[in-house]
Amino acid sequence: MLLTINNLQASIDGMDILKGINLNVNAGEVHAIMGPNGSGKSTLASVLAGREEYEVTGGEVLFNGKDLLELAPEERAREGLFLAFQYPVEIPGVSTTNFLKTAVNQVREHRGLEPLDAVSFLRLMKEKMQLVEMSQALLNRSLNEGFSGGEKKRNEIFQMAMLEPQLAILDETDSGLDIDALRIVASGVNKLKGKDNAVIVVTHYQRLLDYIVPDFVHVLYKGRIVKSGTKELAMELEEKGYDWIKAEVEAGA
Amino acid sequence: MAKDTEILESITSSEYKWGWETKIENDSAPKGLNEDIIRFISAKKEEPEWLLEWRLKAYHQWLSMKEPKWPNVQYPEVDFQDIIYYSAPKKKPTAKSLDEVDPELLDTFKRLGISLEEQKRLTGVAVDAVIDSVSVATTFKAKLGELGIIFMSFSEAVKEHPELVRKYLGSVVPVTDNYYAALNSAVFTDGSFCYIPKGVRCPMELSTYFRINAANTGQFERTLIVADEGSYVSYLEGCTAPQRDENQLHAAVVEIYAAKKAEVKYSTVQNWYPGDKQGKGGIYNFVTKRGICAGDYAKISWTQVETGSAITWKYPSCILKGDYSVGEFYSVAVTNNYQQADTGTKMIHIGKHTKSRIVSKGISAGRSQNSYRGLVQIMKRAEGARNFSQCDSLLMGDKCGAHTFPYIEVENPTAKVEHEATTSKIGEDQIFYCNQRGIDTEDAVALIVNGYAKEVLKQLPMEFAVEAQKLLALTLEGSVG
Ligand SMILES: Nc1ncnc2c1ncn2[C@@H]1O[C@H](COP(=O)(O)OP(=O)(O)O)[C@@H](O)[C@H]1O
Ligand SMILES: [Mg+2]
Repeated sequence: MLLTINNLQASIDGMDILKGINLNVNAGEVHAIMGPNGSGKSTLASVLAGREEYEVTGGEVLFNGKDLLELAPEERAREGLFLAFQYPVEIPGVSTTNFLKTAVNQVREHRGLEPLDAVSFLRLMKEKMQLVEMSQALLNRSLNEGFSGGEKKRNEIFQMAMLEPQLAILDETDSGLDIDALRIVASGVNKLKGKDNAVIVVTHYQRLLDYIVPDFVHVLYKGRIVKSGTKELAMELEEKGYDWIKAEVEAGA
Repeated sequence: MAKDTEILESITSSEYKWGWETKIENDSAPKGLNEDIIRFISAKKEEPEWLLEWRLKAYHQWLSMKEPKWPNVQYPEVDFQDIIYYSAPKKKPTAKSLDEVDPELLDTFKRLGISLEEQKRLTGVAVDAVIDSVSVATTFKAKLGELGIIFMSFSEAVKEHPELVRKYLGSVVPVTDNYYAALNSAVFTDGSFCYIPKGVRCPMELSTYFRINAANTGQFERTLIVADEGSYVSYLEGCTAPQRDENQLHAAVVEIYAAKKAEVKYSTVQNWYPGDKQGKGGIYNFVTKRGICAGDYAKISWTQVETGSAITWKYPSCILKGDYSVGEFYSVAVTNNYQQADTGTKMIHIGKHTKSRIVSKGISAGRSQNSYRGLVQIMKRAEGARNFSQCDSLLMGDKCGAHTFPYIEVENPTAKVEHEATTSKIGEDQIFYCNQRGIDTEDAVALIVNGYAKEVLKQLPMEFAVEAQKLLALTLEGSVG
């Protein structure tokens, strides 16, 4: 098992957001997490990535058998967990190239590999750029600064390609993308998918799932996974919206 | 967020890495300041009469002046009678080659990370090294001599080129200019002199490393750079001082004279001892730096990376007298712990179509205070003058302060003056983003800060830009993470 989440609970500023999440992800699988706005999807992604503002109040997470919650955010990243941010951050004056060179080499060091020299690094960049149709010019600019929404999201997937994570969590990578950008991003993700890694796709539209086909679909609502199924569940949500799920939950409660 | 603040506080906690003392015997004047001390210094240096008189005039000026209180800095009264004004290494090496240089000194340079040999061999930088007050090593002199370039210690220049020194000394910063400039003029012990003849482009970076060494030694450097018509020179000054408890006063004067179509680039990397984490000790750095674009189309560009000193009070300025002359000021000032900096520039537009550009990047961490103070003055005659100023402040944590004091005086209606200012906090978001890519917090801060300062750092000569980047990271080490 690549990722095991048992009864995970988390709060922010004393407010409970995640109220007992259970999820198992095997290598080679694609999971989709859907749910209405404010249900806790980004919170789950942030807690897994180690964002300090969120307090974990219960439960456990195992990543490759290791206690994930014990690790610092950078250690989680080096262990192979990647988060494509819903709102990628801008860092003025730091080019994506320079940023990634630092990142790739710190990750490599953790994995016991030699740092890449400039030539090999550029070669690797060239290769990965093609996956998401990134241009060199964009990579030489300050990280995400003045990038369009689509460029930012493509840059996230490009970074994922460079870092070769075992588990990638894509938080609303589809939001704000036009259909062409969506296709580029999705095909990038599909090319990176393999039997040794897994992807968790967070979205509240099923549109993206036409391109990245999930093995499992989970519905997150009010901090709990209230329904799980296969890709047919996503279709059903697309057709009927979330109200019936909400109704089911209220009835059950 | 509490965590953020903790992080920011811990980066602020690395120790000064240049704290040691070179054991070279000193030959010092007794403590205190009076006419006799000035005569002593002048005699020690075998100076001509005119220079002694110049010093004495400055001294009497100084006596009638008051210490400036307007900078946004606080410190206990300086006791000028408790300072030693002259200290020279006893074993005065007559450095023709590096083998003759005091091995202790060479070791000092190695510890500073500047091996002279390395520099000579690899970078082609001519270094005029100053330890305490006497120049001890001058390299590349012969090569520069072939081009007619004069680059030597100030004392040597007084002996070898008295006419040049006499002509330009005090021409940009008069003895009456300000309290510390007057003091410097009275007691300066050494420094560098540089003259670039007409039409000559200096083929290498000229570089001086200053180092304050003996205990209780005030350091009063004097630098004079004269660029004759159509010449070009890039000059770099770098400083470190050993760790010490008492505050040490440093009051240097730098004068630049640029004739018609001459260009001077002056870069400073300053990491003098800033005091410890509790704010004890550290250098008081009260410096007067000014250049004059005397001729048309002249250009003077100041670039500074200020990471050290307990107190910095420094406004490298340009007098744009020649028509179409250009002044630039690029600054990164970092303060941490209890450091205080009040720094900026003055751009005085006198000539027509003069242009100036100011880019100031302040970074405050710990409990430090960082002020930008800048004056843009457009005189009546300065038709079509232009200024652009960009003043940014970056805050790390919530116990530090950033302040901006822009003064703009425009007397010509055709002038165009633009001022932009921003204040931002180093974002927890940015750090987390870096962390999520596997970059630890220390490296993340270095990356973010260097990105923020990039516009200034890229003005530095390549090899020093790399040093400056490391220095920024080092200064902020421990303030996050
Ligand atoms: N930093 C925060 N401060 C306060 N409340 C937050 C914060 N982040 C998320 N929340 C709250 O937690 C809930 C879940 O948010 P989020 O995880 O962003 O949902 P989703 O990604 O599913 O739209 C929302 O009610 C939101 O307002
Ligand atoms: Mg979200």
